[in-house]
Amino acid sequence: MKYGPLVFLAAFFALSASWCGLVLTPQIQLGRAVQETNSVVKTDLYPAGRSGLAREGLEVYRANGCAYCHSQQVSQKGTLVDVILTAAGKNPMDVAAALNEAQVGTFSGPSVGAGLPKTVLRNVPMEKASVLANVLKKAGATAELHLVPVGPDIERGWGARRTVAEDFIADATVMPGSQRVGPDLANIGERKPDLNWQLVHLYSPSSAMAGSPMPSYAFLFDKKKIGRQPAPDALKPIGEFVPPAGYEIVPKPAATALAAYLISLRSDTPLYEAPLTPAAPATNAPAK
Amino acid sequence: MNATSITSSASEAISTAEIDASCRVPLFTLFVSGAVWLVVASIFGLLASLKFHSPGFLSDCAALTYGRVHPVATNALVYGFGVQAGLGVALWMIARLGGTRVAQPWLISLGGKLWNLGLLIGVIGVLAGDSTGFEGLEIPRYGVVFLFLGYLLIAFWTLVTLHSRKVRALGPSQWFLLAALFWFPWIYFTANYLLLSHTPIRGVTQAIVAWWYSGNLNLVWFGLVGLAVTFYFIQHLMNRPLYSGNLALFTFWTIILFASWSGIPASAPLPAWLPALSTVATVLTVITVLSVMANVHKTCGRGCSQTENPPPGKFIAFGAIAFVVSWLMNIANTIPQINSVTNFTWFTVGQWQLNVFGFFAMTMFGAIYYIVPQVTGVEWPCAKSPRRHFWLAAIGIILIALPLAIGGIVEGFNWRNLKMSNVDVAKNALNFLRVSTVGELLILLGNLMLLGNLIGLSVRYYRIHFVPVYKEATAELKPAEGKP
Repeated sequence: MKYGPLVFLAAFFALSASWCGLVLTPQIQLGRAVQETNSVVKTDLYPAGRSGLAREGLEVYRANGCAYCHSQQVSQKGTLVDVILTAAGKNPMDVAAALNEAQVGTFSGPSVGAGLPKTVLRNVPMEKASVLANVLKKAGATAELHLVPVGPDIERGWGARRTVAEDFIADATVMPGSQRVGPDLANIGERKPDLNWQLVHLYSPSSAMAGSPMPSYAFLFDKKKIGRQPAPDALKPIGEFVPPAGYEIVPKPAATALAAYLISLRSDTPLYEAPLTPAAPATNAPAK
Repeated sequence: MNATSITSSASEAISTAEIDASCRVPLFTLFVSGAVWLVVASIFGLLASLKFHSPGFLSDCAALTYGRVHPVATNALVYGFGVQAGLGVALWMIARLGGTRVAQPWLISLGGKLWNLGLLIGVIGVLAGDSTGFEGLEIPRYGVVFLFLGYLLIAFWTLVTLHSRKVRALGPSQWFLLAALFWFPWIYFTANYLLLSHTPIRGVTQAIVAWWYSGNLNLVWFGLVGLAVTFYFIQHLMNRPLYSGNLALFTFWTIILFASWSGIPASAPLPAWLPALSTVATVLTVITVLSVMANVHKTCGRGCSQTENPPPGKFIAFGAIAFVVSWLMNIANTIPQINSVTNFTWFTVGQWQLNVFGFFAMTMFGAIYYIVPQVTGVEWPCAKSPRRHFWLAAIGIILIALPLAIGGIVEGFNWRNLKMSNVDVAKNALNFLRVSTVGELLILLGNLMLLGNLIGLSVRYYRIHFVPVYKEATAELKPAEGKP
C-alpha cells in the first residue's frame, strides 16, 4: 500500500460495497413499497395514511425533536398461540377426556361446553397448540388458534405486534427514534385517543400523568383571559389539570396538529409479516 | 514514518519549520473555530442535561426545548469540533509526513470558513425548528450546502498537498487519512441527497440511510482519522517506528470492510437480513480493536510507564483506551440478546459519547497540544494548563460514559419489569443521567481551557510577531545625527 491510487481503490471498493449493500439494496427492496392490502383483513389499505392535520403534526414532532426521547418501534420476542375452544361438539365427554389427557387443566364432561368460547391453552408454541387442536378436532370439538405476539414491549402495552417496515410507508420524515427517555409512541393513538388528554399532556405533562419528567410544551399554547364566551377548543380540566381562574388555555394550531399526529399513531393492524389475531370484538355469546 | 522511508534528496528537502509555517493559516481557522464549537457543544450539552434535573428549566422558549438543544450539542461536537479538528490535524500530518508545504493554505482556510458558516446557519436553523429530524444529520439543507462545499475545498487541497509530497512511500497514517478524506463526502452527499432533496427516498429506507451514515461517520471516519493520529503520535512521541505496518494495514482493511456495514440497530423494524448483516459486520470489528491493541501495546512496550508522559501523550493514551472500550461497547450493543436490554437506553448514548469525545476528541486534543506550539513556534501560555485540561476532560467523560452505561443497563431491565410504571422507569434512569451532568460541567471547563489556551497562544504569537513590526513601522523617525 505504498501508492495513493491503491489506497484510494481499496477505500472505493469497500465503500461501494457498503453503499450497494445498505443503501441501494434496501432501496430496491423497500423503496417503492406502497400502501397495499397486505393486511390480513384484505379489504383494508395499509397503512391508512395520515390526515392533513396529522401530517402537519409530524412536522411539529420533527421540529421539536420529540424523537430524541420517544421511539416509535415496538419490538417482539416471538409469537405464541392461544387455543380457544369454540364449540364442544356432540360429545363433550370425549372433549373433556382429550383436554385432561393433554394436561391443560381438569375438565369434566358437562362443564366443558359452558362459557364458550374459552381459552383452554394460553401462550404456547405453535407445535403444542396444533397438537391439541388436532386432538380436539378428533373428539368432535371446534377450536381456534389465536396468534399472540409476545415480548416486553407488548406486555407493557406499547403495541399488539412488532413494528415492521410497512408501518412507515405513509410518513414523510421517518423518525423511529433511538431512545426511550419516555415510553414508545408507536401506538399512542391507540392507548390515548382522547384529544383533550393529549393536549393537556403537552401543556402540563405531570398533571395528565402524575410524576412525568417530560418538559412542558406550553409554548404551543396561548393563555388567554376568558372573554364573553369561552373558546371552544380551550383545554378542559382533566386529572390534576385545572386552568387558572379566569383564564383559559387555548392550543395554537401547532399543538392541535401535534395532538392529531399523536392520535394518528397506531400500528396494530395484523400483517403477514407480523401476524396476530386481533382481540375479538364484543360477541353475543352468552355470558357465563 | 520509519527512517527508511525518508528518501528525498537533501537538495529539495523542505525544512520542518517551513512546512509548519505553511500550516499556520488553515490550522488557525480550523482549530480556533473548532474550539469555539466545542465550547458551544458543551454549553448546549449542559443545558440539555440540566433539563433532566428540572423539566421546566427554560421550557417556555421553543428554541431551547430539549429536542432542539440536544441536536445542537451533538452537531457542534461532531461537525464543529470533530470533523474540523480532524481535518486540521490530518492536513498537518499529511504535510509533515510528505515533507512538503501545504498547497493553497488560504483556500483551505476559506474552506474552513465556509464549513463554519454552514454549521452556524444550520445550528440556527435547528434552534428555529428546521431540524431535518434525522439523527446525526439534523442540519437543514441550506446549511448542508456550505458544509459540503467547505469540506470539498479543504479536502481537495489536502489531497493536492498529499500528491505533492516529497517522501513518496505512504505510511499507515496516510492510508487512513486518504481513505477518510474520500469517505466523508461520499457518505455525506449520499445521505443528504437521498434524505433532503426535493424527492427524498420514502418510508423506512430513510431511517436505513440515516443509520448507515451514522455508522460510517462514527466508526469509519472517526476511526480512520483518530487511529491515524494515534499511530502517528505513538511513533513520534515514543521516538520509535510502529511495531508492525502490516498489522496497521490489517486494521485499515477491517475498518473499511466491516465497520462500514455497521450502524443498523439489531432491533430495527426492517427485513431481518439488514440488522443481521450489520450485527455480523459490527461483531467482526472486534478484529480491528484487537489489532489496534496489539500494535499500540507492542510499539509502546514498556516505554509507556517509564517516563512522565507529556500532555499530548496523556490525551492520546486516554483516547486509545476509550477507543477500545467504546468499540467493545458498540459490539456488545449489536448482539441481539444484549441489544434487547440496552437498545433505546442511555447505554447507547454513553457509548456514543465515549467514542466521539473519549476517543476522537481526546486524541485530537493531544494532537492540537502538540501541533500548535510547533506550527507557531510559541509555547502554551500556561505550561500546566494542558495537564489540567486533560484531567478535567478525562474525569468528565468518565463521569458521563460510566453512569450512562450502567444506568442504561438498569433502565433496560426496568423497562422489562412490568411492576414499574413508565414514569417510574424514566425517573429511575434520570438518576444516572444527573451524575453525568457533573461530567458535562467538567468537560465545559476543560473546553474553555482549550479555547483560552488557543487564544492566549494567539495573543502571544501576535505580540512576538506583529507588535515589533508594527512598532518599527510606526516608530518616530529620529532626525539623523550631525545635522543641525
